[in-house]
Amino acid sequence: MAALQSSTLEAIVGNQAQLQRSWLEALEAKGAARNIREQDLRQETRDFLQLVIDGLGRESSTHIGAEGWEETRRFLEKLSASRAQVGQESHQTAFFIFALKGPLFDLLQAHYREQPALLAEQLWEISSLFDAFGLHTIRTYQKNREAVIKRQQEELLELSTPVVKLWEGVLALPLIGTLDSQRSQTVMESLLQRIVDTGSEIAIIDITGVPTVDTLVAQHLLKTVTAIRLMGADCIISGVRPQIAQTIVHLGLDLGTLTTKSNLADALKLALSRLGTTAGERV
Amino acid sequence: MTIREHGSQPVRIEQDVVLARQLTRKLASDCGMRLVDLTKLVTAVSELARNTVVYGGGGDMDWEVIEEAGRTGVRLVFRDEGPGIADIKLALTDGWTSGSGLGLGLTGARRLVDEFELDTAPGRGTRVMITRWI
Repeated sequence: MAALQSSTLEAIVGNQAQLQRSWLEALEAKGAARNIREQDLRQETRDFLQLVIDGLGRESSTHIGAEGWEETRRFLEKLSASRAQVGQESHQTAFFIFALKGPLFDLLQAHYREQPALLAEQLWEISSLFDAFGLHTIRTYQKNREAVIKRQQEELLELSTPVVKLWEGVLALPLIGTLDSQRSQTVMESLLQRIVDTGSEIAIIDITGVPTVDTLVAQHLLKTVTAIRLMGADCIISGVRPQIAQTIVHLGLDLGTLTTKSNLADALKLALSRLGTTAGERV
Repeated sequence: MTIREHGSQPVRIEQDVVLARQLTRKLASDCGMRLVDLTKLVTAVSELARNTVVYGGGGDMDWEVIEEAGRTGVRLVFRDEGPGIADIKLALTDGWTSGSGLGLGLTGARRLVDEFELDTAPGRGTRVMITRWI
C-alpha cells in the first residue's frame, strides 16, 4: 500500500484554518457540539489537526500503533475520558473524529482533481488513518467503562460484607443480595477473621436481605457454620422468614444442625443467654 | 390452555441465573402470586438455571404466562444442549450429585412446583419444564 504523499500533507497544512472551520460546522450541524463549550471545541479541533499534521510529517506509516502517533493517541485517550465525563457516549466521541473526514475529502478532491488514481489512493490512506483514530477513542472509552465497573464490583463486594459487633462476644453479619461463590468466599473470610480478632464466642449470620435461599446458598451457610464451630465459636442464623422456611422444607434441605431464628433480635437474645447475660443488664 | 405472554432468555453464565430469578419474580408477582408460592418458584428457577449453566454448559429459559380452566400459571422451560442425563432415576434421588453440590437441586425443584417434566437422554441435552399455578 502506498504511503501518504507529501503533497497531501502540504495541502492539509496550507488549508488548516479552512479545514478546522468546516470541521466545526460539521460538528455543529450534527449536534455533536452539544454540552461542550465552544472555546473548548475550538481548542480541541485545533490541537487535533496540529497533531495529525505533526504526525504525518514525522511518521510515514498510517498505522496508529506506530511511535510517531503516540501523542495523537494520548490526545484521543484524554478526549475520550473528558467526553465520558460530560456524559457523551462512545459513538459521539468517535463522531468527533469522523466529522473531519468530509472536509478533508473535499480538500483532497480539489487538490488531486487531475490525478484520479492518486486521489483514490490518498483518500484510502487518510480514511484508514481516521477510522483507526475513531476506533481508538471507542476502545479507550470502553476500557475506562470496564475499569469503573470492575471497581464498583470490588467496592460492592467489600461493602456488602460488614461484620458488626453487637455485644461483647457477639458478632453479626447481615447478608444482603445474591450469594454467589465469590462473595460467599469473601463473607466467610472476613467473618472468620473478625472472630479471631475480637475473640467472639457467637456469630449471628442474618439472611433477612437474601431474597432466595437455594441449595447453593444453603451449602455456603453450612460450610461457614462448620468452619466457625471448628474455631470453637458458635453460630446462629437469623432472618429466616416464613416463605424461606417453607421453601427450605420443600427443597429437602436439612438445616437441623443449625441454630436458626426468625429475626435478629431473637438471635441476639439467645446469644446473650448463652453467654450468661441478658439485655437489661450492664456488662 | 391459552398463552397470555411468552418469551425467552439466555442462561449461559452465573449472572444469568440471577437474571432468570429476577424475571421469574417479576412474572409471578405481576400475576398476583402469593409470596410463599413466588419464593418457591423463584428458588426452583435458581436451581434449574444453575444446573443449565453448570451441567448443561449453558442454554435458554423459555417462559410463558398461561391460563387454563380459569386459573393462571407461570410455565418455564430450561433447555440445554449439554451431555444430558444418563440415569434419570439416579438424578432424581435426594442427595445424589455428579458435581459438588448438595444433590438436592433437581429433586428440590420438583417438590417446589406443581408440574415437573424432565426430558433428557445422553448426548441429546436436557429439557426441564416446570409450572406453578396461582
